[in-house]
Parts: sequence; structure tokens; C-alpha cells
Amino acid sequence: MIEKKTMRDCFIDGLYGRMQKDKNIFFLCADFGSPKLDQIREKIGDRFINVGIAEQNLINVATGLAIEGFTVYVYAIAPFLVMRPYEQIRINLALHAQLKKVNVNLIGVGAGLSYDVSGPTHHCLEDITIMRALPHLEVFSPSDWVLAEKFIDYSMQVAKPKYLRFDGKPLPNIYEDASVINIEHGFHELKKGSRVCFVSTGIMTHKALEAAETLKKENIDVGVIDLFLLKQGNMDVLYEALKKYDALITLEEAFINKGGMDSFILFLLNKRSSKIKLRNMGFEASYIFDIGSRDYLYKLNNLDEASIIKNVKDLLLS
Amino acid sequence: MPKDKKKIDSFFDRLKSRANWVRIETIKIHKIAPETRLASSLSAVEILATLYYGNIIKFNAKNIHAENRDRFIISKGHGSISFYPILADCGYFPKNELLKVCKEGTFLGGIPDSIIPGYETINGSLGHGLGVGCGMALALKRKKRKERVIVLVGDGELYEGSVWEAVMFAFEHKLDNLILIVDNNKVCMLDYCKKILDLAPLADKFKTFKWDVKEIDGHNVRQLFNALTTFKKSNNKRPKVLIANTVKGKGVPRLETDSLSHIKNLTASEADLLIKGLES
Repeated sequence: MIEKKTMRDCFIDGLYGRMQKDKNIFFLCADFGSPKLDQIREKIGDRFINVGIAEQNLINVATGLAIEGFTVYVYAIAPFLVMRPYEQIRINLALHAQLKKVNVNLIGVGAGLSYDVSGPTHHCLEDITIMRALPHLEVFSPSDWVLAEKFIDYSMQVAKPKYLRFDGKPLPNIYEDASVINIEHGFHELKKGSRVCFVSTGIMTHKALEAAETLKKENIDVGVIDLFLLKQGNMDVLYEALKKYDALITLEEAFINKGGMDSFILFLLNKRSSKIKLRNMGFEASYIFDIGSRDYLYKLNNLDEASIIKNVKDLLLS
Repeated sequence: MPKDKKKIDSFFDRLKSRANWVRIETIKIHKIAPETRLASSLSAVEILATLYYGNIIKFNAKNIHAENRDRFIISKGHGSISFYPILADCGYFPKNELLKVCKEGTFLGGIPDSIIPGYETINGSLGHGLGVGCGMALALKRKKRKERVIVLVGDGELYEGSVWEAVMFAFEHKLDNLILIVDNNKVCMLDYCKKILDLAPLADKFKTFKWDVKEIDGHNVRQLFNALTTFKKSNNKRPKVLIANTVKGKGVPRLETDSLSHIKNLTASEADLLIKGLES
């Protein structure tokens, strides 16, 4: 069944159930809510803490709780969660994680252009790059709420700092059966194709599937791989999936050529001296002051379906 | 704490002599490793000695993660080389490690981190300790434990906005198990704090944020001991701050009057002369 939901509501709803049973879980926020958060706030008051609009202290308090053995979820608008307290994340989470268990899960709501009309302060196009620059920190970038919900158990079991990059808008589910997803692998091949494959993350996986559908009408079969967990590790499994193709197109609602998901794939291919051609789609190094819907902004920045399809055809002709 | 005056005096005499020993050992370390920040390590000597030799801190050198330890966070990491000899003396690591500070293969660097047994957190960037301490203090409350969190900061560190985010948080969450000690040595890296951004009236700032405040001479072990003991006994739902007025470079006359003492080193012969003076 296909249903539109926000990742945060599904995640928080699932977490609420866990928090009722497991007294070891704290939920911290920097004065940012969600309809589903009310139940945690009202019923688990002593383990729900609003630190105020103070992101540095948000991370520091979470660190202290985690060092004392608690599992901590930290919740704020994505750009403010990762960029205001970047040094707190680096020193108190990434550095500590090399020496001890620190299970702090940073839930950032508003990946990419989720807050489309709120302008460049609320856009979050740097987060994949800067968060994956930190050793010991895993970046989770789900494409739908089924994946977000599935990640709850992983987040509790893997006692490391993690950044959960949630889209802000309700999106339809891509996965109908969560049991097919292997979180450890970090990706899922949604559609097999020939010659060209999209490697996409977050909302762009929806765009990749739509473009693949359009191309299918022209008898062009493009593969779609949803990459949702960026961490060092299972690169071989991912490479096994990628190496069937002649060319890859990475799709991310983020800056490209700055060390984001594009660089994750590029490094993986380079390390294996792969001959697979690679094109990277995302945003060029420029902030977006234009006002309009996401689709409008994609069009202005050559990330709309026509641009995606043009890239596929160019690759097939080359 | 003994009851009769003679015993009390001898308790404080011993504390004073331990502090003197720590000062000597700190200068010895600086002689081996001139990269270390001497002046800001010397202002904190009596504070550290009182905490560890005055039975203020509950610690267990043999089980550094023991749940029943007080948590001591040194947020002014650069200025805590004087903690090394205390840790070695208390049994956290062998004393001969002190001869290797900043040398290849040791864990004792110029700025200490939690790879050193006895240090709880990562140091080197200022303004982190109090917020992390708030998280720990809150955790101890939720675990219904009686242990305390003690955080040492420098006064220059109070320029960091993150400190004041934590100051507000601590009162709101009634963290009376949190004791902040300000090593108020009044000198930053480039000048007297007064000439950079005046922190005065410091006690009033904390009072306005509804903290319990005490201000004492931070080189007087009796005052340090009494203030910390009072704080430890108080469960009044308020966090506590001890403003310890100190002298940066205490014990080294040339540094005591230098606004650039933070970045000044001693020559080996100067160090030897000072050690000789302190030992006599």
C-alpha cells in the first residue's frame, strides 16, 4: 500500500513505543516539534528535554548523557543541527566515539530543499559532505518513511554517533515490505536496468524512479539504486551491484563536487580502478535565493526530469 | 575532617605541602616539554590539589569507570598539566610516564584527552566541558545516584557562548549535583581579560542566572576546602559555582606579572632555580 507520510512522524512514533519500554532512551530537542512528538513530551516528560534554541548545548548535553550510558536522540532542523554545533559534533561525538561508546542519533529534519520557500538559511545542501567528513559518524539518508522506521532498531543497536537526514515533506513510501531492506548493506537495488543506473539518495530516489519510468516508455531500461547509509564498510557489496553497469548517474539534493554522495561513489570506483563512467547530478556551488516549489527549483538548477533524462541519453550515445 | 584544631591545621599543612609538590612537578614537566602551557597550569595547582588530596573528589584509580566516582571534567585542558603528577601519584598510571610528556609513544600530550586515565572528556577546544557536565549531572540524577560532577574552566573560557547556554540549562534542570570551578586567573592568551572584554562583575552574572556563588582565594587551600565541602553538602536544587581568584603563573615571579604569560616558557636553568627554591 502506498501512503504519504513524513519520515519524522514515523520514526518518532516508533521511538515512542521503544521509549515506553526502555528507560534508557532520552529525546532532546532544540525547541522544534512534530505532531507525533507531543506524546513523548506529555507521557515521557522526564526523558524528553527541550534545551531551548541552543544547538551547541543540545549536542553537549546529549554527549554527557551518552557517556553515562543512555541512548540519545537529538532533534532539530537539519541545517541548524549540523552546522551551528559542528565543533560540538566533531569533538564530543566523533572524537569521543573513537574512545568509548557514544550512542547519539542526530535527527535533522529538512534535508536538501525540504524548506523550499524558506530560503538558503533553511536549505541544507552541505550536510552530507560535512557529516561524512567526520570519522566514526554514519550518515543515514532515507528515501521514505518505511526505511526511516526500519532504522530505529539499528539506531538503538549500533552505539555510534549517527546523522539521520530526514526529508521535511510527506512523501509516498517506496518500500512496501521493510523486510527486503538490509540496513547494514546501506543500499537497495530498487530496479535493475541495463547499461545505465541511477545511484540516488533521499528524495532524489523518487525522482530517479520517475525518470526511469518515463525512459521505460522509450524502451530504455535504467537501474535505480537507493543509497541510504553512507559509512565506511560494506563497499564491496555495493560495488558488486554497481559493476553490472557501464555508466552511473548520482543524484542527490545537495551540493556536488564537494565531497558528498558523489565523492563516496567516485572513491569507491577509483579504488577499484573501475572503468564505469560517472556523472554527478545535484546543485552547483551556489546558494538558492529563488522562491518557488522544489520542482521549480530543480528546473532552475538542471535537476528536473528533462535534465536527468538528457544525461541518460548522452551516456547511452557516448 | 578532624575535629580538634591541631589536627585541622596539620590537615591543611599537608594539603599545602602537596600543592607545593604539584607545583614543583609541574615545572619539572614543563622543563621536559616546553610545549606545555605552564602559566595556566600553575594557577590551578591548589584547586587540583584540594580536590584530590582534600578528599573532595571520590575517585577510583583502579577502576576509572566506576559508577560511584565523582565525574571531574577539566574544560580548560591546556592549563592542566599540573593534573599529571596528581594522577600518577594517585595511581592512575606509573610515575615514570611523567618523564615522557610530549615524547613519542606516550599518552601524555601537551593538551590532555580522555586517552589519559583520569580525564573524562576531550580537551583542547574551550567551552565544551560545562555542557557535557550538565548532561552527566542530569544522567546521574535520572540514575538516582549521589555522585557529583565537577567542572573546571578558565575565566577566558567564559567568553564562549556555549558556556552560558549550559549555565541557563543547569539551573532550569535543578542540577545541584554540578559544581563549576572558575580558575579566575584573569589573563587570556594576549592580554588581561579586563582589557579584552571585562568579565566583571562575574559573581553577579552567575547570581543573575540563579546559581549558588562563592568567591574565594584560589591559592588558599583552607578556603577552597571549606567552600567545596559546603557545596558538596548542599542539595538546594541550584547549581554551584566557585570563583577561585588565582594568579596566572603562580610561583614564577616573572610570569605572575606578565600579560603574555600564557605563551611564555621557562629556560631549563630558570626551571632548576625555581624548583630549588620551592624545595627548600
